[in-house]
Amino acid sequence: MASIKEQFEVPSKMKTWSMALIVIGVISFILGLITKGMSGDEQEKATFIGTLMYNSIFWMLICNASMFFICATTLAMGGWHTVIKRIPEAISTLVPVFGIITLVIFIYVVLIDRTASIYEWLDKDAVAKDHLLSGKSGFLNPAFFMIWSILAIGIWSILGHRMRKLSSEADEKPMDINTGKSYIWRNTVTAGLFIVWFALTIGSTVPWFWMMSLDAHWYSTMYSWYTFGSSFVTGMSLIALWLIYLKNKGYLGYANENHLHNIGIFIFAFSIFWTYLWFAQYMLIWYGNIPEETVYFKHRVQGAYKGIFFMNIIINFVCPLLILMKRSVKRNYTLMTFMAVLIIFGHWIDFYQMVMGSVRENEASLSWLDFGIASLFIGLMIHFTSRALAKKPLVSEYHPFLKESIAHHI
Amino acid sequence: MAKKKFVVASFDDENVLFPAVKKVRLAGYKIHDVYTPYAVHGLDKALGLRETSLHTAGFIYGISGTTIALGAMSWVFVSDWPLNIGGKPHFPLPAFIPITFETTVLLSAVGMVLTFCYLCQLGPFVKKHHFSSRATDDHFVMVIECTSKTNVEDLKAFLSNTGAFDVNVQEAEANWWLGTYDKEQVLIKDEPTVA
Repeated sequence: MASIKEQFEVPSKMKTWSMALIVIGVISFILGLITKGMSGDEQEKATFIGTLMYNSIFWMLICNASMFFICATTLAMGGWHTVIKRIPEAISTLVPVFGIITLVIFIYVVLIDRTASIYEWLDKDAVAKDHLLSGKSGFLNPAFFMIWSILAIGIWSILGHRMRKLSSEADEKPMDINTGKSYIWRNTVTAGLFIVWFALTIGSTVPWFWMMSLDAHWYSTMYSWYTFGSSFVTGMSLIALWLIYLKNKGYLGYANENHLHNIGIFIFAFSIFWTYLWFAQYMLIWYGNIPEETVYFKHRVQGAYKGIFFMNIIINFVCPLLILMKRSVKRNYTLMTFMAVLIIFGHWIDFYQMVMGSVRENEASLSWLDFGIASLFIGLMIHFTSRALAKKPLVSEYHPFLKESIAHHI
Repeated sequence: MAKKKFVVASFDDENVLFPAVKKVRLAGYKIHDVYTPYAVHGLDKALGLRETSLHTAGFIYGISGTTIALGAMSWVFVSDWPLNIGGKPHFPLPAFIPITFETTVLLSAVGMVLTFCYLCQLGPFVKKHHFSSRATDDHFVMVIECTSKTNVEDLKAFLSNTGAFDVNVQEAEANWWLGTYDKEQVLIKDEPTVA
């Protein structure tokens, strides 16, 4: 058995890799800014901003999904995740970092640039003439958009910070039954606040603002849940990757394939959940066949995004369904690594077509820029997550549920 | 079906039961089954039972459901009686998905329940022998099958030594149907790491 005080040290190789990824990302950002962002061509510019937007939204939401995972299990009085809790905690420290990047992009798009090539509803004259858009203008306006975005990201960060601080308390001194109970209760309260705010943001308004309003005329009640499903399944895959990495390096002595299995169950279940929403959104619109509803799917199913759209279903539904169904696969480190990488890629592609399918309707160009910007975010993620992991011991020694988590067996 | 002789040992603690199971298997006795008031984690491993194949059966039932639903609907709407419904194609796959899904779930759920009943030898009008009525309350009951070579008195003394507070001998019908796990129990010698 491993000793209980486990302290992660960032390997120098990891530092080099994350720095290399960040450098590649920064170079492609600068190149993209010169070739596309500053070009006179409206569409090229929209492509550049769109790429930045879907990447920052995607990577921030999957980091936030980690905090959602902690809060949801806390509310459900779940104890099995206690030995691996430091991983989602470390990942969630990225929410303020990526949140600031996202906000900077939104401030540019909504307040500074104000062109309608990204958000149609920014054009005041067009909105005044348009019956539908003027009806929505109480919601879709720059002030509401910015205030709500800042509030969303700010409150996620603050509550996430409080959850992490509470978690550190379990490192300090042993708890008797009463302090243990009050500790769990304080965790429950903060987690409850987070879940409520999460429902008000990711569960509804934030995806409407950030992504659904790219097609300002179109709407779907499934859209926010769809975004949530996408981000949560990717967040779980990310946790699985970190768990496997740390196990490989000899950390987390108490975590075993039972914990990996449980994460695998989450990935499997939420892949199915995502598909359910995907299908529910698609089928009703397909069956109704009303022009103002099919406008979203027209170029995705029949136009330039056809290949990506259906590849999406194969990667995110067929593969997890067939591969992750078996118990032995969820307990296999190699196959879980493969599936986690595949699912992160698949949902990144999903976000790509959600945003770029609306920004650039007639051409799907998954180019060096997309991968370059993604590498910037991956590099930042590795850098900050490993730093946050190194700050605290990997096991919270006096957590009331630690024993339950060590004995976890499925 | 022939009656068989069983030695029934009752335990009142999970922590006594586990070492007892291990000792009994090491001594070479054949455990018929262990009846517990609740699902005891790790007991299946300690008993050396193989993993259930119920989920494989479920997968096969599910695939059959998918095939039956898709096959039936496409036969009806494409070849037997094509209708124009709202200008949709004759093979509207998205519209078929919900029914396909439901048939898949229906067949796998019902099939798995029936398979489970078959494997556990449960069914209407089947009388099962109860080795101890308190197995549903607070006792852990280990039942050992006697063969022609078993010395019952030795076994009883052995079981009392392992911590059983009550040991008795019962005669009962063992099976009512084919297909039990009896033949597939792994001998403890083959399996060096037992919990």
